[in-house]
Amino acid sequence: MSEAPSAPLEQVELSHHPAPRQYVGVAAILAIITAIEVAIYYVSSLRSVLVPLLIIMSVIKFSMVVLWFMHLRFDSLVFRRLFITGVILAFVVFGVVLTIFFTQGGAAPVGS
Amino acid sequence: MSASAQGMNAPLSTTEPHTSTGIDNAKLAIWGFLGSECLFFGSMITTYLLYRNRVVAGPKPHEIYNIPYTSVSSFVLLMSSLTMVLALAAIQRGDHRGFRVWVLATAFLGMVFIGGQVFEFTSFVDSGLKLSTSTFGSAFFMLTGFHGAHVTAGILMLLSLFSMDVAGRLGPDGARKVELIGLYWHFVDIVWIVIFTVVYLIPTH
Repeated sequence: MSEAPSAPLEQVELSHHPAPRQYVGVAAILAIITAIEVAIYYVSSLRSVLVPLLIIMSVIKFSMVVLWFMHLRFDSLVFRRLFITGVILAFVVFGVVLTIFFTQGGAAPVGS
Repeated sequence: MSASAQGMNAPLSTTEPHTSTGIDNAKLAIWGFLGSECLFFGSMITTYLLYRNRVVAGPKPHEIYNIPYTSVSSFVLLMSSLTMVLALAAIQRGDHRGFRVWVLATAFLGMVFIGGQVFEFTSFVDSGLKLSTSTFGSAFFMLTGFHGAHVTAGILMLLSLFSMDVAGRLGPDGARKVELIGLYWHFVDIVWIVIFTVVYLIPTH
């Protein structure tokens, strides 16, 4: 935070928090994106670009909730760094597991 | 901004004790926890992606998923994030009645989501997909089951907040408590945003 240490930090943050009307606006956008996600799932002509489109929309929804509803956009940079570190580590785990899995030949299909 | 001085309808104090870092320790802890939860769910989603196409027994993902049904569940959970921030906004301005309405609405939407998940699990088991049927079944039930457990824990926390407010025990830092539990609630929502896309919408081979 760049505010003076003696300032009531949360009050400073609260003054930047969105108004309820803005929250409703964000929720409306999230609902519209979800509807588009489901709609394009059924459009066969978009099959070739379906995965990137879905991922982009998912990232937008994820970011909107984190930035607006979780107030990361308005909060201390430290919180943002902590959370982003977790997200990056999750992707690292994903990459490491995929690499090990496929360089080691992967597991055989397991049935009952 | 003293709540005790201004009575029940006064905005609850959101002023935090000053720390050496200038950052609220409890908030720092919850963000650290949520960061670690990213790793937890990231690992489970990775496992699901590795195993979902390795089905030699039981139904395959696209044979049992009911996208319209899950879309409604996703919408319900998404809207619970809205009611959660409205609950926080209400308690921050000292509107306890509004807070109780919105926090109960959030818990109710969470319960609707969990009810939907129980129904979905039951229909999958009836279709022949159990935890031990295939690696896909194991990965699916573990991922969505753990998410459901997180939502259930969130519902209990929300109902605790409601009870504490009704009993007048939310305390002068009530808005801070609501914000911390709200962060957890929004986190289970963003995890579902990823699960809905990765597990349900992205087609399998």
